[in-house]
Amino acid sequence: MDFFHLQPAEWQALVLTLKVAAAALFVALPLAVLVAYLLARYRFPGHGIVNALVHMPLVLPPVVTGYLLLLAFGRKGPVGAFLSETFGISFAFNWTGAALAAGVMAFPLMVRPIRISFEAVDPKLEAAAKSLGAHRAVAFLTVTLPLAVPGILGGAILGFAKAMGEFGATITFVSNIPGETRTLALALYTATQTPSGDLAAFRLTLIAAVVAFAALIASEVFARRLRGRIGGGHD
Amino acid sequence: MIDVDIRGHVGRLEIVAHFEGRGGVTSLFGPSGAGKTTVTNMIAGLATPSSGRISVNGTVLFDADKGINLPVQARRIGHVFQDARLFPHLSVRANLTYARWAGRRSGTRDFGEVIDLLGLKDLLGRKPETLSGGERQRVAIGRALLSGPRLLIMDEPLANLDHARRNDILPYLDRLCVEAGIPIIYVSHSIEEVTRLSNTLVLLSEGRTQAFGPVAAMLAREDLVRVTGRREASALLSGTVTRIDTAWDLVHVDIGGPVLQIPGLAAEPGDTVRLRILARDVALASVPPEGLSIRNALAATIESITGEPGPYAEILCSLAGQTIRARITRASVSDLGLKPGMAVTALIKSVAIDRGQSTLAPPASGET
Repeated sequence: MDFFHLQPAEWQALVLTLKVAAAALFVALPLAVLVAYLLARYRFPGHGIVNALVHMPLVLPPVVTGYLLLLAFGRKGPVGAFLSETFGISFAFNWTGAALAAGVMAFPLMVRPIRISFEAVDPKLEAAAKSLGAHRAVAFLTVTLPLAVPGILGGAILGFAKAMGEFGATITFVSNIPGETRTLALALYTATQTPSGDLAAFRLTLIAAVVAFAALIASEVFARRLRGRIGGGHD
Repeated sequence: MIDVDIRGHVGRLEIVAHFEGRGGVTSLFGPSGAGKTTVTNMIAGLATPSSGRISVNGTVLFDADKGINLPVQARRIGHVFQDARLFPHLSVRANLTYARWAGRRSGTRDFGEVIDLLGLKDLLGRKPETLSGGERQRVAIGRALLSGPRLLIMDEPLANLDHARRNDILPYLDRLCVEAGIPIIYVSHSIEEVTRLSNTLVLLSEGRTQAFGPVAAMLAREDLVRVTGRREASALLSGTVTRIDTAWDLVHVDIGGPVLQIPGLAAEPGDTVRLRILARDVALASVPPEGLSIRNALAATIESITGEPGPYAEILCSLAGQTIRARITRASVSDLGLKPGMAVTALIKSVAIDRGQSTLAPPASGET
């Protein structure tokens, strides 16, 4: 066996990890942008409670978050039962559940930098956009959102990294099923629990490191290009 | 035509504003903190009055009694902010056309025409951060004009500029005020800008409009002088250019009979011009003097003498149906025996007018 060739199980874990993280990001990022904008721009009743709820997964033990998800979204949980009866959707013990767990855990890490970048955009610019005839949503999409892109990008990277490495909530909520919920982190954990699994654990560690490193480089290149396009009038 | 009659408050400042602008440029003038920006924000829809009514050219923008309160984007008011507020991520061109592509406004004004009016041709491809303060304001004015507004609000567009930049942009404002074709509300705490540009002057202090009226009449008011300070006390003469004397480089301006000779005025015969004349540049003589270097010696009649503590007296004189203000010592008033109704000769040094304070007049009231 060639050391540099991935085995089917490793491929499976890698592809699943990327799929789970991408799905988590795809759903959670727009929501994070919305929540961050509301928290940055509006003072409404319950502002503090929403803020605290968003940050809960950050301070709770991941196992607790996973267990709460299991209680709510499990087959017998109130939300889970409703979803499966009404839409035929189930999060229990499949990869979408892993994506849900990863998204919830990544959410506060995404909201924070995005909120900060919204707060840095002068709200007076939106007033100027409105005076030029733009409706609120158009003003947001054409002025505030583009100016917040660096923060949104930062939040997305943090969130994606968190989603890729999520462990505690995932294993509690959707268990550790090969090909379904066994991501790289869970596969690594499995290898460490197996006698003579040292080589397998080391290989998985390398894979995770390479993926993380590539993601960082890619985001850096992307961010630099973006900076050139958005802020850099000198180019 | 603008009708504003509103009450409201922002923070601790109570706003009571009532004025009418009859076409052309209406200036909101007052010291810093008088509530000028708050009033314009209420007109623009960025702040809401608690009661009253705002209408522009017959269109009601706000009426508390009838429950009318058009949102900002529906008011069609071009708003030039003190801090320009250009969109930093967009090029100058994209800023200028924002109202078209984001606001879905089809401006009636031609893009090229606005570019020419404000001298923006060479700036189109640049980003706002590379522009000077004066260039930013010009782009902001262009952007507002191209949104097809029914009213243009300019909120101290020159306040953040140094003296040189201010003088760069003033000629553009002169042209704009003449050529805009829509009513303009111009906010400033500089009486020089206000007298140069406006038809109607609204005096605002401590959140309240104290008075409003034609600029020349307002300049004669005592309460205005209290705001501007004695050194800036002035009067406005308007007239028609009759002759350019190239031999002596003087422009002859007919102010309704008498003719003033003024140096350094860029005008053509037939142009209507306005001349702001500071009270401290006017002297009075009880008999027509001879052998003077002062070229402008005009027959005038004393209307009033304001007595006040201190060495000076302010004298308002009528001169060919217009008003001129003189500031002389109280000792001279006594020595010459000056009294209301007396015929005097007003002496205006020609060079005193040559300070860029003489400009083409904006369209007269009622033209728009």
